Amino acid sequence: MKFGVLRFPGSCDEVDAQLACERVGEAVILWHGDTDLQGVDAIVVPGGFSYGDYLRVGAIARFAPMMESVIAFAREGGIVLGICNGFQVLCEAGLLPGALLPNQSLRFVCRQVDLVVEDTRTPFTNACEPGATLSIPVKHTTGCWYAPAELHERVEAGGQVLMRYAPGQNPNGSLADVAGVRNEAGNVFGLMPHPEHAVDPLTGSVDGLTLFASIREHLGAHVG
Amino acid sequence: MSAEAAAPHRALGLTDAEYELIVEQLGREPNEVELAMFSLMWSEHCAYKHSKKLLGQLPTEGPHLLMGPGENAGAVDVGGGLAIAFKVESHNHPSAVEPFQGAATGVGGILRDVFAVGARPIAVLDSLRFGELDSARSRYLLERAVAGIGHYGNSIGVPTIGGEIYFEGPYEQNCLINAMALGVAEHDRLIRSAANGPGNVLVLFGALTGRDGIGGASVLASAELAEGDADKRPTVQIGDPFAEKKLLECSLELLDRSLLASLQDLGAAGLTSSSAEMASKGGLGLDIHVDRVPLREPGMEPFEVMVSESQERMLCVVEPRLLDEVLAVCAKWETTATAIGEVTDSGRLRVLSDGEVVGDMPVPALVDDSPLYDLAPAKPSAQIYPAPPRTLESEDPRELLPALLASANVASRRPVFEQYDCLVQSRTVRRPDEADAAVLLLPSTGSADGVRGAIAVSIDGSGRRVACDPYRGTVEAVLECAANLACVGAEPLGLTNCLNFGNPEKPHIAWQLTESVRGMADACRALDVPVVGGNVSLYNEGPDGPIYPTPVVGMVGRLPDAARAGRLGFARAGDAVAFAGPFEPSLPGSELAKLRGEPLPDALPGFDPAALRTTLEVVRDAVRGGELRSAHDVAEGGIAVALAECCLAGDGLGARIDFRGAGERLVEQLFGEGPGGFVLSGSRPALAAIARQVPLTFIGEVGGDALALQLDDGAELAWSLEQLRAARDGGLAERIGP
Amino acid sequence: MTRMRVLVRPKAGILDPQGQAVERALPALGFDGVDHVHVGRLIELDVADPSRLAEMCEALLVNPLIEDYEIVES
Repeated sequence: MKFGVLRFPGSCDEVDAQLACERVGEAVILWHGDTDLQGVDAIVVPGGFSYGDYLRVGAIARFAPMMESVIAFAREGGIVLGICNGFQVLCEAGLLPGALLPNQSLRFVCRQVDLVVEDTRTPFTNACEPGATLSIPVKHTTGCWYAPAELHERVEAGGQVLMRYAPGQNPNGSLADVAGVRNEAGNVFGLMPHPEHAVDPLTGSVDGLTLFASIREHLGAHVG
Repeated sequence: MSAEAAAPHRALGLTDAEYELIVEQLGREPNEVELAMFSLMWSEHCAYKHSKKLLGQLPTEGPHLLMGPGENAGAVDVGGGLAIAFKVESHNHPSAVEPFQGAATGVGGILRDVFAVGARPIAVLDSLRFGELDSARSRYLLERAVAGIGHYGNSIGVPTIGGEIYFEGPYEQNCLINAMALGVAEHDRLIRSAANGPGNVLVLFGALTGRDGIGGASVLASAELAEGDADKRPTVQIGDPFAEKKLLECSLELLDRSLLASLQDLGAAGLTSSSAEMASKGGLGLDIHVDRVPLREPGMEPFEVMVSESQERMLCVVEPRLLDEVLAVCAKWETTATAIGEVTDSGRLRVLSDGEVVGDMPVPALVDDSPLYDLAPAKPSAQIYPAPPRTLESEDPRELLPALLASANVASRRPVFEQYDCLVQSRTVRRPDEADAAVLLLPSTGSADGVRGAIAVSIDGSGRRVACDPYRGTVEAVLECAANLACVGAEPLGLTNCLNFGNPEKPHIAWQLTESVRGMADACRALDVPVVGGNVSLYNEGPDGPIYPTPVVGMVGRLPDAARAGRLGFARAGDAVAFAGPFEPSLPGSELAKLRGEPLPDALPGFDPAALRTTLEVVRDAVRGGELRSAHDVAEGGIAVALAECCLAGDGLGARIDFRGAGERLVEQLFGEGPGGFVLSGSRPALAAIARQVPLTFIGEVGGDALALQLDDGAELAWSLEQLRAARDGGLAERIGP
Repeated sequence: MTRMRVLVRPKAGILDPQGQAVERALPALGFDGVDHVHVGRLIELDVADPSRLAEMCEALLVNPLIEDYEIVES
């Protein structure tokens, strides 16, 4: 199977995401200015500081020509994974509920955290053991997930919260310890932690690999 | 008319004698543009007037050296056809005035130096020194400097993987911000900065040119800070990491496509120094048309364009037939690019405005023929630094270890390093606090057995101990850096240094500088590690006196198998704990002596660098062979602090250690400092093998949830891991937030 | 062309850590009697047609989920 990883001016972790995807399939970089999705089976919107975080995080990236293609792909049920800045971009694009606010500490935080997987029956988590925790790093200044009360209730009731920070480990003040949410249809998922930085035993935990393996599993593809 | 109005050169920092020399070199009086350019090129920061002669002592040759001092960055061969380019630079004076932007642009500048030689930046480290944390100003400087470093490094996607922070009274008015960067390149991709090919085009690309820093780094770095320095605030440069990210990718693509004849970044003194240095190295001349420089502000004078320190700009030399392609690559990366001049064979740097020559200087006069001064060193008859204030509340040995762990120079730096992205680029094998040096994967060379090579890097400086003994303190700093590399299994390949000192025109400072450089040269020779480049920052003095003499050393090494990179923490109950030396603990000049408020000694004890080198290599080989579970060198706080750090790493594991026989010298043995000591853990046979090669004593065993020291007469000193962790984690967190 | 300003602030009731930080810092510097601090953004622009500014806000300049805004003539 083939992943497409977006690159905006200012993206930082797109190469890291590509390397992670290549552990389970093929991966190409999709330039923000193009519109051709090159027939990819799944899309990753990576971390970084697209457009310098100018105006608001993700606010400008969401208008890139490539994002129009991504939005269309998502509306047709295509699998889209947003990581950190990618999560911010997908919220700005209206593909995911809520918004990301500055960390409560007002500081950038880079730290390994434990995540509780709330639902293992999704395209992004089917390779996780039920009740498992994943050890994955976060690194961000604007990761505090927020939704107005009514929206938050709907998100929770709909089981759209796929991952939460383990008790006591919320690094940014996120509402209800939310680390990652999916859309109603279940084909788009965004999370603040960086699974692409937890795939190589030489550099730390490999728990992040399960997200990419889950996507491959879901699409029924085989390792290339 | 005031003296300065009559002699504008004085306002620009030039002496009368220097002015006379300029007149002689030009054969006439300089005009406004020329005077401004000379004042920058002949400033201490650019010309190294007081240090160049001394620096000639440093060894700059080595079997792994690819590029030595004189280029934007130095480079060493790390095998597999790859090179690591690296350098350290200071941004002390700008950071004292505006710490966020000062530190941020310091990082920006050193990153540009690295990609200017064609290497992709892969890591940043920083060495920071401030006054004591009870000063609100020092807390403010620390917070803002850390925020600035994080902002720039994180935004541009280069991990900050290591560093050091110290707090001492003498840095209260003159903080030190030294930033180091490393980059990776294939050998044949390294590019030099010498201008070449008369007729080639000079292209300026990157950000627009404004009035940033006019007179900035050069003015600030060449003068002592005084009252009213808030007025210098407008001269601080403002950095934009997003612009630099685009500049970086653009530069690397230009180099990848072999479109450039040479490349140079713009730093202190802007276009003036970059163009002068490019011309000088090439033995050629340059014509620069200031009216072609794209400006951010209207109505800039020619001299302003030449001295502007606007950030995120590069200069390159391009063959005319390749110019269109170069401009197209820049356009793709949304980077402004403009042909602003030509390479000539005139040997002169000419500045033109709308076709009219407004400045015309011989290149050698600006660069190589700048005056160089001899220092007049004189050892002070008495210690010039006051004793630090006493902060220790109790002399009870049970309280000393927690007190040291909680002290500002020893406590956990987690509140700081968590503000840095240490993971981007997926190379980080050892994160801060996991080992004595940072370890990064090298690009895979596709070896059949899947073994990945790695590099290790550490940055280590010393202030207070160098103040006690400039020669020995500096040798210690270099050895400490090499010891940190050894603990992860790395062999040092090259060294970069930043020399931070006071006013060299004062004999006691000249003495410090002379002795320190002599020490650095001897230490490098003892270890066979060449200096690949570096930086000097002088005039770090305020009304209350000079900073401690502070040489800072950054060392890069290689380890053949990343999977075998060493760790500092105890990892398995039942492992034996051993101590390797030779090590002579001594309290004068130590952290404990500082907490006790003791005066600084006049000298440090001697040691044998050759013996230390042997131990270092034995430890390194043992780590590489996978025989040791942990290796940690002894530094601030002596053996006791080192043991506590080994216990607290990771999830924490205690140890029982035998300290019988210490008698009266218990406190000295526990907390005394000096070079050459290592705390090791692993299997008994593995440690015994080391004992056959260097002095080694078995001192205990890993296990339990306390650090317990057996003393004479059945007595015991023990601390729970919880107590030790609370002290160490709380030290900085309590003063600056978790 | 009319010079206009858009003042953007965090929606009432939303967590505003920057506002809180400033609210804590002022008394520490000796300024009492300060309350309900909010930190937002100013966007200044010359527009040919000020009546389209609200549309611009909704489309790009503001995130209505978390921000309120006020249009002011400069």
